[in-house]
Amino acid sequence: MELALFIIFGLIAVAGALNFLFQRHPINSALSLVTVMMSLAVLYWSLGAEFLAAAQVIVYSGAIMVLFVFVIMLLNAGEEERTTGSRMAYIAGFPGAAAIFCLLSFVFLTERKALGNANIGGYLNNFTSNISEISTVLFTKLLLPFEVTSVLILVAILGAVVLARKEQ
Amino acid sequence: MVPIAWYLILAAILFSTGVASFLIKRNVVTIFMSIELMLNAVNLTFVAFAHMWHQVNGQIFVFFVMVVAAAEAAVGLAIIIAIFRTRSTLNVDQINLMKS
Repeated sequence: MELALFIIFGLIAVAGALNFLFQRHPINSALSLVTVMMSLAVLYWSLGAEFLAAAQVIVYSGAIMVLFVFVIMLLNAGEEERTTGSRMAYIAGFPGAAAIFCLLSFVFLTERKALGNANIGGYLNNFTSNISEISTVLFTKLLLPFEVTSVLILVAILGAVVLARKEQ
Repeated sequence: MVPIAWYLILAAILFSTGVASFLIKRNVVTIFMSIELMLNAVNLTFVAFAHMWHQVNGQIFVFFVMVVAAAEAAVGLAIIIAIFRTRSTLNVDQINLMKS
């Protein structure tokens, strides 16, 4: 069952990423990126990270991508045009990205035996859920970084308001 | 039973697609979205390794990455709106004020 889940949603993720790459209009790219994020949420769930699957749907595809779509609609972004810079980027970009992919997959395939297999639903027993495990670590050992992220979010909100404010 | 390596290769595919679209796209918003795609690919490797080591630390790292990505998206989109207001374009080739 996990193999079927992985193949179906992995193919959806790869198709969404390629569609993101080849679409010219930003709104099409944004919506295919939402597809990638939703299928990644299913893969997180199958790896036993239920909290992260929910957070992926809520935070990434629910908040961040809606913000992107709002900005695309606000700025009335049309199809992008090709320039000399983009021709150079075509010549250098595709071989570079293919080289990164070949290097990464070579390393992962040579270490395949050491990496092992994934079983569906994670590794914890039935008495401790994934969420309680995460919150135990987050609110005891990592309490200070967790509080610092709230300051970071506050600074980001203030910065966004100041940057996007209309000049008088 | 899926090998962990397959998850990592899927993440590598997504990451290199993000790198390629970061390089060839000319729209500021799309370039910003390809950064999000790369962050998602790295998150998938973190979750896969957390599963492999039977520990929850990798998932907490992904949580922090999500928080930072949300903050980054808010500030970055505000910068894009400010650029559009002064230059009225989204093409990165035309945003060259700091080029000699």
